[in-house]
Amino acid sequence: MSEPILPANICQRWLGALQPSLFRKGQRGRRALTMPAWDGDAVAAELPAACRRAAPADLPDLSEPEVMRHFTLLSNLNHHIERGMYPLGSCTMKYNPRLNEQIAALPGFAALHPEQDPQDMQGLLAALRLLEDDLCEITGFAACSLIPSAGAQGEYLGMLVIRALHLANGQPERREILIPDSAHGTNPASVVMAGMVPRTIESRADGRIDLDALRRACGDQTAGIMITNPNTLGLFENEIVDVAAIVHAAGGRLYMDGANLNAILGRCRPGDMGFDVVHMNLHKTFSTPHGGGGPGAGPICVTAELEPFLPGPRIVEDDGAYAFTRMPTGDDPAIHAYLGNVGVCLRALAYILRAGCDGLKRVSDMAVLNANYLLARLRPLLPVDHAEGCLHEFVASGRTWKEAYGVRTLDIAKRLLDFGVHAPTVYFPLIVEEAFMVEPTETETRESLDHFVAALEQIRREAETRPELLQTAPHATPVGRLDEAQAARQPDLRWLGPCNC
Amino acid sequence: MPYVPHTPEDVRAMLAAIGAASVDALFATLPDAIRLRGELDLPRGLSEEEVRRFMQDLAGENITQADLVSFLGGGIYDAIIPAACDAIACRSEFLTAYTPYQAEVSQGTLQMIYEWQTFITRLTGLPVANASMYDGATALGEALVLAVGARRKRKVVLPALLNPRWRRVAATMLRGFDVQIVEAPPAADGTTDPAAVARLADADTAAVVVQNPNYLGLIEPVQALAAAGKAQGALLVAAVNPVSLSLLAAPGEYGADLAVGEAQPFGIPSGGGGPLLGFFAASEALMRRMPGRVVGRTVDRNGNPAYTLTLQTREQHIRREKATSNICSNQGLNVLRATVYLAMLGGTGLVELGTANHTRLAALRREVERIPGVELPFAGPAFNETVVRLPRPAQAFRDFARQYGLLGGIPLAGVAGCTENDLLVAVTEKRTAEDIETFAAALAAFASGEEVEW
Repeated sequence: MSEPILPANICQRWLGALQPSLFRKGQRGRRALTMPAWDGDAVAAELPAACRRAAPADLPDLSEPEVMRHFTLLSNLNHHIERGMYPLGSCTMKYNPRLNEQIAALPGFAALHPEQDPQDMQGLLAALRLLEDDLCEITGFAACSLIPSAGAQGEYLGMLVIRALHLANGQPERREILIPDSAHGTNPASVVMAGMVPRTIESRADGRIDLDALRRACGDQTAGIMITNPNTLGLFENEIVDVAAIVHAAGGRLYMDGANLNAILGRCRPGDMGFDVVHMNLHKTFSTPHGGGGPGAGPICVTAELEPFLPGPRIVEDDGAYAFTRMPTGDDPAIHAYLGNVGVCLRALAYILRAGCDGLKRVSDMAVLNANYLLARLRPLLPVDHAEGCLHEFVASGRTWKEAYGVRTLDIAKRLLDFGVHAPTVYFPLIVEEAFMVEPTETETRESLDHFVAALEQIRREAETRPELLQTAPHATPVGRLDEAQAARQPDLRWLGPCNC
Repeated sequence: MPYVPHTPEDVRAMLAAIGAASVDALFATLPDAIRLRGELDLPRGLSEEEVRRFMQDLAGENITQADLVSFLGGGIYDAIIPAACDAIACRSEFLTAYTPYQAEVSQGTLQMIYEWQTFITRLTGLPVANASMYDGATALGEALVLAVGARRKRKVVLPALLNPRWRRVAATMLRGFDVQIVEAPPAADGTTDPAAVARLADADTAAVVVQNPNYLGLIEPVQALAAAGKAQGALLVAAVNPVSLSLLAAPGEYGADLAVGEAQPFGIPSGGGGPLLGFFAASEALMRRMPGRVVGRTVDRNGNPAYTLTLQTREQHIRREKATSNICSNQGLNVLRATVYLAMLGGTGLVELGTANHTRLAALRREVERIPGVELPFAGPAFNETVVRLPRPAQAFRDFARQYGLLGGIPLAGVAGCTENDLLVAVTEKRTAEDIETFAAALAAFASGEEVEW
């Protein structure tokens, strides 16, 4: 008799069941949210017919218990950080402290209207200024803008700031941004949005910058370079001082994608390495929740040289009183209508206060320890080409399993889902074949890392004897592997009735 | 650091497994020259209770819409937030989940987003919607970037009475694409003049924007503007307050190709201005040019219906510099709040919400008209907001209204067709008859020349 599809000792079963669409639930006339009665005099308030919509919007009517049940049952279909591990490389899926949620929900913050006067927001502005100062200290820069709503918007703002500097210096021809081929896809996309031109430079096999290639690429057209450090292979750019010298000598500026900042807190700072701008992902390094895709926040820190080009409003403090300066008017640049994702910033501040200088260093120390421990334990299972000097993450490859057992990295990833472990990042970075990118973060225990290893050991046994088990995985999840090609070929993007696929 | 579980024994055992002498040894690749000497200059870590108290004290220094009666709007509204939104949004299953790339373990988030997309298509009357944008302002900017790329033309027409904060963001986003922005001036009644739009929207125009209601709360002549805008082949972009779609014409009904807006009033706290929730809807023809994430329905290998992220070949992680946008997130948790909100509201409730807003605005306008020295400079049909013209600068009234416990409105100095005496006043479903009487009393006292007392 063969082994069961779901080894009981390490698999997690799902309690959830698929739900009918919200648009098939309810009955016309059921009510949940109702409006306060109008207690004033009757008002004649007919809108002219020309303004009105022809037909009322067709939304289902449900009772509150039905609504709560629908979304609660949907929630049961999700993997999440309080259910199991998320070894997603480059995503830093750490625990999201509950305290931070309480703080962001305090009415003193949550009920503020952004058009109120600064005198009404003194506590908020004090908090935001404190966070700006803390982020500057952590990264080694002179000034911070909390406004970007996400890492990608931080990149975009960083590009605008570098562009503005070159324009102010009378060098509009500096439009080119160098990007190593190991970079995140947002880097080149953000450069384009900012009206600049990305130029890919080939990195070395370990994803690090090739200094010769860099020298050849630099010139009068160079606006700057975007570097992820540690890079997407989890390796520190150990010639960063030379890289900075080359780019600065050519008249360019250095942008650091801070996606991997979780590796180096309290150990070294981008500002001390020669960078001119860094963005941070508060939803990675500083523990704010991912929320199934957002909202996050992507503040940037910059050198004193670039500070004048940060968008307003800027928060200034004078003898304990906070005010705005550089309020945008007319055609001044802006990337957000107000101050950015304030609620996310408050969560990050609470995290930094809780951690302190000692805690932040411990975060990175233990993140790096966890990654190196997993690396040591997984190397007998999967090849890791660039293990030397790995910090918070590493990239393994599924190519040996592909050759030996005919299973792809995707199959391994999908099978892991049956073991209560989220799949690692796969097929990124592009420079590693069958990439399997693992970042455990510091909040995982040794036991949960061991569980991950045990699951992968089991999966390798399966690959040897029953590869179809991987190729058809997952098996314990609410749905099986999806037909993604059909989804893209015949897009079904809204409810029009029972499955028309 | 209590979120980090390692005991000294854990560390010792793990270092042994690695074969490293110390944690410091794991950082050997860091060049000596750039290592931090000593500690970060930050205080040491605090306990949960200390952080809570510190942050509570800061929150306590703020004076908010929970303390005063708010007539502030301008795109962000003091709207009812049902308890169900908070209850569902606190669930770890949604709160702490990652982007639903692994569809098999993300059906909850994926189905929820699909339901959000369905809600947005039904509200806007357009057939396609995405998983959301950062906010209304960037949603508008993305719509214009899309239009410029789709039409391969270099001019856009914006109404002068577009929300000025949105205009600034959209104009910034267009800078990267070498686009000329022209402004359609308002007519005397405070709405955009279709004749001006017809004059400005020529064969080189990629897009014409209609904001309805406009920044002054006035309902635009959308049919005439649409006809004028589209005559030469420009795409029509509708920027709409989604609450108004309870009663007002849907963008799809007047031929919009794209519809965008800010969904904060759907269960999301004003929160000092963020995080917010932009929505984005499009015609079928523009579907594959949309920015951002999109969820589609398909089947799994057993033939069961299931949801997944789709049309990803538009996106930056595949297309890199050729992507339709650099965005690589959506506002997942705020999408959840808005989807729960719309489920709580229902079709019946939606009409009730619109009517409640409209009734209260009409009541406020009626009160204003009775006050000597105060007038409604633009008296046409409005939704949610209105302009009140005062005998003295609006900022002075804002200060004056505080003694009545009011957040009085947004001064309109510098806005097209307005003077420094004009105030933008928002009235939502939360305002009571008493609130409106208080507001009228403050206006009357201000108009009669009383001075600020505090």
